[in-house]
Formats: sequence, C-alpha cells, structure tokens
Amino acid sequence: MEGKLYSVNKDEFYPPVPTKTTLFWRRNIILQIFHFFRLNLKIMRIVVKGHS
Amino acid sequence: MGAGISGHTAAAFLRKKLGKQHEVIVVSPSQYYQWIPSNVWVGVGRMTADQVRFKLEKVYRRWGIVFKQAKAIEIHPEGDGSPDGPFVVIEFTSEANRGETERVHYDYLVNATGPKLNFGATEGLGPGHHTHSICSYDHATEAWEGLQRVIEAMQQGKPQKLLIGTGHPGATCQGAAFEYTLNIAFELKRRNLSKMADITWISNEYEVGDFGMGGAFVKRGGYITSTRVFTESVFTENNIRWIKQAGVTRVEPGLVHYETLDGASHTEAFDFAMLIPAFSGHEIRAFSRSGEEITTKLFAPNKFMKVDADYTTKSFEQWRVADWPQTYQNPDYPNIYAVGIAFAPPHPISKPMKSASGLVISPTPPRTGMPSGVIGKVIAQNIAYQIRTGKKDHPHTASMGRMGAACIISAGFSLTKGSGATMTVSPVVPDWERYPDWGRNIRATVGEIGLAGHWIKLFLHYMFLHKAKGYPFWWMIPE
Repeated sequence: MEGKLYSVNKDEFYPPVPTKTTLFWRRNIILQIFHFFRLNLKIMRIVVKGHS
Repeated sequence: MGAGISGHTAAAFLRKKLGKQHEVIVVSPSQYYQWIPSNVWVGVGRMTADQVRFKLEKVYRRWGIVFKQAKAIEIHPEGDGSPDGPFVVIEFTSEANRGETERVHYDYLVNATGPKLNFGATEGLGPGHHTHSICSYDHATEAWEGLQRVIEAMQQGKPQKLLIGTGHPGATCQGAAFEYTLNIAFELKRRNLSKMADITWISNEYEVGDFGMGGAFVKRGGYITSTRVFTESVFTENNIRWIKQAGVTRVEPGLVHYETLDGASHTEAFDFAMLIPAFSGHEIRAFSRSGEEITTKLFAPNKFMKVDADYTTKSFEQWRVADWPQTYQNPDYPNIYAVGIAFAPPHPISKPMKSASGLVISPTPPRTGMPSGVIGKVIAQNIAYQIRTGKKDHPHTASMGRMGAACIISAGFSLTKGSGATMTVSPVVPDWERYPDWGRNIRATVGEIGLAGHWIKLFLHYMFLHKAKGYPFWWMIPE
C-alpha cells in the first residue's frame, strides 16, 4: 500500500490493511501447515453436516 | 444431460449404486470434463487447459456409462404415445456426426446442463468481442493470451488499465472474477509491474464481498466482521480500486458503459477486461404427448428448470429457507430432476436492488462448486434408492438453506509465496429464523487468508480430478 494521502475520502482509504507481522504469519510455513489441516477439518465437517 | 461438476457426480454415483442391468447415459456437448475452479490459473498462465480437463469417453467406457457427445434440444416428458415412454431429442456435436439428431428414452432424467454463458445479453461482451472470460478452459486460455499482451506493454513502459468483474447487471459468479483479480495482481507483483497497472474491480454487488449470497459475517481479529470489510481489505492491500452497484450495459473496444443504482450512466476505459456474463438456462424446449409445447411448464422464464422450490413472488423480508428446494424433483414430472446451476432458484439470496431508472442491478444466486457436487450426489442416491426399492420417497435431501459451502479463493499461485482466502459459510442461504444475529452459524463461517489457502486450493484441484477420473477410492472423496 502506498500513497495513502492520495486516497483520502475514497473507498480505499478506510479498510484495514495487514501489518508486516500479519503478512509474515500468512507465509510462515509452520503456522500455515497447522492452518492447512485445521481448515481442511473445518471444511470436512461442513460437508458432512451439509446434507442428509 | 450435462457432464459438469453436478452431472458427472450424479452419473458416477448412479453407475456405482446401480447394477449392470441398468443403463446410465450421459449426454454432453463437450468431449471434455473440466475442473472449472482451476480455470483461474489457466487465465494467468500457471496451468494449461490440459491440466484442468480430460476426455470423458475413456472414463465412461471404464465405468460402463454410455456417452453421447451431443446437446439436448427437446424434452418429451410424456413420450409420444409409443410404448418406449418419455424421451429427449439430442443433437450431436462431435465432428463425426455433427448435426444429426437422436431420441434417447429414459426412466429418470437428470438435467445438469449448467449455465448458458449469455454474452449476448450485454452488447460487445465476451470472447470474440471486446472482453475476456475465464468461464471455460478455452476462454481462460484466450484470456491468458490477452493478459500476456498487456504484460508486454507494461514491460515496455506503457501503463495499462485492467478491468475485472461482472459484465451484466444480473451476473453471478463474483467469486471467480474476484480470484482472477487477485491472481493478476499477484502475477504483476511477481514481475515488478504493479506500479504500471491500474486494476479496477467492477461489480453489480451492493457492497463488495456480497458474492451473490448476501455477504457473510466472519470471526476475525477479535471481531465479527462482514465480508465487505474482508474484501475491501484484500483489495486495498493489492492496490485494486473497486466500483460497486454497477450494471454493465454495453462494451465498446476499450470502454465499458455501466449504470449505477443512483441511475447515473458512467464509462470506464480499459486495456484488458475480464467480465463474467449473465447466466441463463439452455435453449431446451419441452413438448406434451400431443406435441403441444409445454416449455413454460417445465422451465422458469430464465430457462432454468422448475423443481420443488416455492416460486411464489414474495418480498425480501418474506423469503424463507423453506423456499429453497430439497429434492430437486420437478413438480409435474416426478422422474425429472434438475441439479447444479440447471435448477431454477426460488429467488436471489442478495437483496434485490433497482436503479433509479428501473434497471435491476443485483447478483443472482451462485449454485456452483460444492453445492453442485452435493446436489448431484444426493439426487443419484435418491434415484438409485427408488429404482432398487420401488418406493417413491427421497431419503436424502440437500437444501442450500441447510448445507454449508467452502470456497477457496486463490490469491496467488506459488507454493511458498502464494496465497488463498478460505471462506466457509453454513448454510449457503442465510437462515434468519435459526440464526437471528448473523443469518448463519458463526462458528462454521470462516474467512482467512494465507499460504494454507493456496495449498488447499491446489490440493482440491488434484483431489477432485482424481475423483472425476474415477481413480481408486474416488467415491470416498467428499463433494
């Protein structure tokens, strides 16, 4: 994100943007391996519960 | 009829559950099965068309399914008085016998014809005109060629304008366009070309993040927040501008004309545009035993097939989950079912909006991917049950007001630097009676972005192609 000054009063001025720390964790292999299994499990539960 | 995600799943499970004394026939105009969710990667050159498709003939021969490369043009649900019963008239599309017609008789008919990509509904839209599409592998291949030209121009120092989104006031499938926008931003960043590109999202959503399902609420960072915030954040992070509440009405070379909800007309210039068209049902006519046309009895005005939904006209506040179909059985002809995109939804999911000039600018409901596969399987289970037992009930149901869905939005193709947004909602159609606060089960609703999302999307690509090809234990893989 650059030139925040140039987006004042525009839609793109207001949303939250990730910090460097957030971006680091988004690509951290160990944490993402954990998320890979956690999210797959969550998806599986939704699939199984979704239809009789 | 149809061999997409829903039709192929239904055929596979029917073949598995019924003995060899029963015949399963698949009629599809394409010789290929395509895993549509990966077309986005074809559109940015990260996969080839051959990586997202395979020939159906070989798989169906192995499974013992009769495959006819043809399109259905007529349904005769009452037959024509002959003892053979109801039939479908098909027209072959294969090179060997293109244009020839044949009657295919049936005991049960599953309409899984998917959407007709209705580029004609917007003047100048689509491949062969002024914009691109990623709705099929050949469109996505063409889009990649167009994108390469834009990249080359940027590499030569010429700034380029890229416009991605929906190309009709009533279009759906915002998720696919959203993915493509993020993938383009990622590919440009990878080439250090971000500063040369002006990427703009244009959509008929009232707010970004609606995705045709009225948006959703997710737990994130200690708050329950809407997908609008989530989506705006992703756009801002990637320097993508957005235009919302926009119904594209016409496309000229390099210029899109659109109307916004306030009734104002605008234009947006572009060097490259990928806009999703409106969807409609296919041109299939229906006839009674006496030859009288009964198309309107079988199909809704948008040409999608009527099923066990409540099609009574109601206001947004009166919509209920119970309006949505459970068995996907046609009310007039119990041996006909419509699955996936082919069934007529009772109403949209997003609140319908009309511009000051009366133009409806609002997304139609998505029925792609996971719900399509689930519905296809459930219908196959019910038909197999009826055939085996002689009973006429439906032990399995799959209402979109009860089933959840997972949507993995690719945001960059790379095993170590890629990204994907994992979104789950349960149920797909908000149930405000059961979940009065958020419309959905907040514990089952997820919106997360990270490298794991890319891995999941890639994993699903290989897993679902494994399943579709009928490789060992394919039936154990859920929809």
